[in-house]
Amino acid sequence: MADAALFEFLHTEMVAELWARAPDPSPGGQKTSLSVLEGMGFRVGQALGERLPRETLAFREEQPPKEVPALGGRVLDCPLTLQIGDHWDQRGGAVGSCSRPPPHPQWYTALCPQGTYILQDNDFPLLVRMAAGPQYLEEAPKFLAFTCGLLRGTLSTLGIKSLVTASVTTLPACKFQVVIQRA
Amino acid sequence: MSRPAQRRPGYPKINKDLFVLTYGALVAQLCKDYEKDEDVNKYLDNMGYSIGTRLVEDFLARSCVRRCHSYSEITGIIAQVAFKMYLGITPRVTCNNSSRNEFSLILEKNPLVEFVEELPPGRSALCYCNLLCGIIRGALEMVHLDADVTFLQDRLKGDSVTEIGITFLKKPEEKKYRRKK
Repeated sequence: MADAALFEFLHTEMVAELWARAPDPSPGGQKTSLSVLEGMGFRVGQALGERLPRETLAFREEQPPKEVPALGGRVLDCPLTLQIGDHWDQRGGAVGSCSRPPPHPQWYTALCPQGTYILQDNDFPLLVRMAAGPQYLEEAPKFLAFTCGLLRGTLSTLGIKSLVTASVTTLPACKFQVVIQRA
Repeated sequence: MSRPAQRRPGYPKINKDLFVLTYGALVAQLCKDYEKDEDVNKYLDNMGYSIGTRLVEDFLARSCVRRCHSYSEITGIIAQVAFKMYLGITPRVTCNNSSRNEFSLILEKNPLVEFVEELPPGRSALCYCNLLCGIIRGALEMVHLDADVTFLQDRLKGDSVTEIGITFLKKPEEKKYRRKK
């Protein structure tokens, strides 16, 4: 949709702007820029979380995960993932960039400890325009920091404290790891 | 061509909210980093310019605008097609001078300020939506039109409406035109 395109352009400019002004090009300085982006994403995620319909804000207890052997792992069908899945779908996972329909991002917790969720998106919209393959791997984390903050912010509005990190091995596929921090 | 997103019922405005909230966070960050309002305005304008130079391609790909023959047609398309497509609003167009190269876009409703009540204290010269000016300027430049785009009135500063002024700087040369915004 057109307004999704506007957001993508704005996001690209934000990353470029914050990076250009980074006073310290070393890894330490880069971390500051990344945390600034993540912080911005957090604020936006909190505000967005408040705007989600009432029913998604009711967090029910986790149900035991359903086994889905065909996917080679356990797909968590619990309310938490559905809530995040809904939000993700709207946030960007549902935006198609070419004529084929976008694949739905996959949740799985194969071999993960309790309380860890992984969101895998094989066609992440903010990376799709960059490259397809291993090119620009070092640049990719900059474009994921905002989204990590966004997820963390939305979860915090739902009352869930979490830590969200992102990793990418091949553009435009990326994985977001959400670790729920129990009080 | 982009495929329209599948929208689930109950989430009609998430994408627009995402853009508006992100823009707000960006302005807040710039205000933190720069003390002077002029610097913030300048950076917003520059960022908008970069976005506009790319957005115009996206716009031309999505819309089927025909070739324009006058500045007023171009301004009309910006207001009725581009603004509608990206922000969901249709500003009113007025022409400000007899030589027909100065126009105004009057925004009765501005989605960018939906969550803004007032400008922060000590920031009275901040042009909150200066990104829009940069976007229009960048987009026009990509179709070989130089223009000055500024805010003439701003609701956040106490005016009754928000008005963006576009002043086209050069007379068009018909032969060079390929596509018009």
